Amino acid sequence: MTDLDFEYLRGYLKQRSGLALTPEKRYLVESRLTPVCRRFGLPALRDLVGALRLARDGAIERAVVEAMTTNETFFFRDRVPFDLFRDVILPEALARNAGRRRLRVWSAASSTGQEPYSLAMLLQEAAPRLAGWQVEIVATDLSTEVIEKARLGLYSHFEVQRGLPVQWLLKYFTQSGEQWTIAPSLRAMVDFRQINLLHGFETLGSFDVIYCRNVLIYFDAPTKSDILARLAGSLAPEGALLLGAAETVIGLTDRLSPHPKHRGLYGHAEVARPAAVRAAAAG
Amino acid sequence: MTPATDATHPTTCLVVDDSAVIRKVARRIIEGLGLAVAEAEDGEQALRACDAAMPDVILLDWNMPNVDGYAFLQALRQSEAGRRPKVLFCTTENDVGAIARALRAGADEYIMKPFDRDILTAKLEQVGLARVDAA
Repeated sequence: MTDLDFEYLRGYLKQRSGLALTPEKRYLVESRLTPVCRRFGLPALRDLVGALRLARDGAIERAVVEAMTTNETFFFRDRVPFDLFRDVILPEALARNAGRRRLRVWSAASSTGQEPYSLAMLLQEAAPRLAGWQVEIVATDLSTEVIEKARLGLYSHFEVQRGLPVQWLLKYFTQSGEQWTIAPSLRAMVDFRQINLLHGFETLGSFDVIYCRNVLIYFDAPTKSDILARLAGSLAPEGALLLGAAETVIGLTDRLSPHPKHRGLYGHAEVARPAAVRAAAAG
Repeated sequence: MTPATDATHPTTCLVVDDSAVIRKVARRIIEGLGLAVAEAEDGEQALRACDAAMPDVILLDWNMPNVDGYAFLQALRQSEAGRRPKVLFCTTENDVGAIARALRAGADEYIMKPFDRDILTAKLEQVGLARVDAA
């Protein structure tokens, strides 16, 4: 791949998906896009770049963006964010929304569905406390391919063994040969939609809980700031935002701030500040 | 990765499998997590090993000569006094019926072969014997 081709791909991916590729990621471009070349019968990466420049084939454009965006995920990934949901976020939201009995959760980079289905399992486990509630999980991703897989809810035995307790495998999945299918009751809880975080997502409405984990790390600082400010706009007044362990709002937006006790958990800046600090500021 | 116990009392794992290749692969992964590993080739050897020194966790194949994994687990759960090791089945018996049967017999987790480092690590973490630091 020539320097010129790499620079073109960098610019192209930045514009389409916000992906910020540094020069040392050149190997990644080559390893991920070579299979795309083969799939479309193109002899080399320069031919792929040529096809993108002509902008005639939407399928190639989608395949390039999807191949370069990481979809690594598993059920209950990192565990702590899901313990937080069960032990802190959900009980607080249940108390706060007791009047209107409505809960909206957004999994903003849902990949192949493991994150929203993990949340759906936790909500089913809490079903007695949610009787009569309207519960909605919206799951979005940039890639139409992974959204399709997520909608199917069909997982390999490798996928169901990474993070999912075996008791819940038996409880929430049925076996179909080598594959495992998520229970229809869980699938019905999740509304999957294709969304590019770079573009407007205001139409999704306001959420009590937003999981946006391990996606901001791929963006440059101005893009992170822009997305975080807009996520703040989609977060209910006392809502909870979960970011990945390597992600933060600090230095990127003043609309959100970290929870004083729970790492990875954020809220609106004026809400997240401890009450004593708020009182001091007001007084 | 952080082992569950401190360096003076390393967590111990008994790998029970009639395949030397599986034992070697499992040993490499589990030792990488900071656990001390012992091996047994079948259920009979494993029962003797448990009599001598009860491990914290047992990675257990199902189909083995002499005493198979299921019979070993039943004998273990009847005989253990005080110390109850975590048992992770690790087998090609991959249907729902086998999994449910293993859990009823007292298995704590279940690994369907083939497995990889991520799966074994995740399963050890689920039974509280390895902790993967959040990435």
